[in-house]
Amino acid sequence: MSEPTTLGSELTRALLERLTALGDDELVLGHRDSEWTGHAPILEEDIAIANVAQDEIGHAVLWYGLVEQLGGPDPDRLAFFRDADEYRNAALVDRPRGDWAFTMARQFLFDAYEAELLPRLERSSYAPVADAAAKVRREELFHLRHSALWLERLAHGTDESRRRLTAALDELLPLLPGLLAPLPGDAALAAAGVYPEAAELADAVLARVGAALEAAGLARPTLEPPADAAGADRRQRPDGVLAALLAEMQSVARSDPQAEGW
Amino acid sequence: MRAARTTDPLLARVWDALATVHDPELPALNIVEMGLVREVAREPGPAPDAAVRVTITPTFSGCPALAVIEEEVASAVKRAGVAEVAVTTRLSPPWSTDEMTDEARAKLERFGIAPPQPHGGLLEIALEAPVRCPRCGHPDTRVRNPFGSALCREIRTCQACEETFERFKPL
Repeated sequence: MSEPTTLGSELTRALLERLTALGDDELVLGHRDSEWTGHAPILEEDIAIANVAQDEIGHAVLWYGLVEQLGGPDPDRLAFFRDADEYRNAALVDRPRGDWAFTMARQFLFDAYEAELLPRLERSSYAPVADAAAKVRREELFHLRHSALWLERLAHGTDESRRRLTAALDELLPLLPGLLAPLPGDAALAAAGVYPEAAELADAVLARVGAALEAAGLARPTLEPPADAAGADRRQRPDGVLAALLAEMQSVARSDPQAEGW
Repeated sequence: MRAARTTDPLLARVWDALATVHDPELPALNIVEMGLVREVAREPGPAPDAAVRVTITPTFSGCPALAVIEEEVASAVKRAGVAEVAVTTRLSPPWSTDEMTDEARAKLERFGIAPPQPHGGLLEIALEAPVRCPRCGHPDTRVRNPFGSALCREIRTCQACEETFERFKPL
């Protein structure tokens, strides 16, 4: 068992912010994916996207669980009783689900990000983060295999599938740097070996995404790695999209805040 | 099975009780032969033999069966005469299908689910390895859907008997 390593108060605050952002990305993406349940283009994909959604929500619970271990609120509080301005997810994951090409392109970008993030997190000096990353990484292998195949299928399918994929990427790729931008406390976490260094991680993700798009016969995007701008700001999009998602996702829990169990 | 795990009669009784708990999504197998029980230990309690701690690990982290398993572990151990049971979850090292016993694999196959092959950590290779049809035994089967009715399974079709079946994914 990994006993929580002792962190100073500054690192603890930074890690709480980072874990909350990790959990929020997973939960919001999982919720968007879950919107396809019963509506996916074919039965097999309905099952697949429901599995992926369930995994992402499970991973959110892991990250939120570490927040709780560090003295933060419990996972249900974090998920259901924070408003949009308290969420720290990247805009990439909260955009409306769009068509199937949009959903698969977004899933691919997120899976590619996690494929680079998680092996680095497994080497975290904070053992609970390393343990959770080891668990999540094995499960994510199935996601990337699935979404990478869809990227190729859409790119090489028909003119229509390629047009839809290109349109999706035109909207999504500009949001990728927002997912990769460091939070204010990330530099301190990186110095302590708790979290990977933002610029190195961003380079690796952009290289992986660029190579995959090129292999699918698409233009290699010219994406600038995020500048050292405050990631927290990039994770705020006061356009009401996230608020509408949360209003639906949180309605049952908020209708009876004292309810226990499931 | 219990003799290999403990010589303490109380803990042996607890291991036997745990072998009556099944994953609700896999009723053919008990949680001990799946390798989900990490540790059984005595805890200080109000009386001798009154308290134990059972540590389990999840299969997939988003698996909703975990909460049910925790409840059933607690009630099975209480039925075995232990007054206080603490059930805790431990993630590390992450559960692998390599922890399933051979007997568990055989049971899965008899149940109609192709068992995960042992992989020794080489997951990418295991995912591409041939899978035998649990119905007719033919080795030529294809993935129909990498996701199935539960997080742990994929759907395959046998090229020989054309039956569709589930495979427990190597993890």
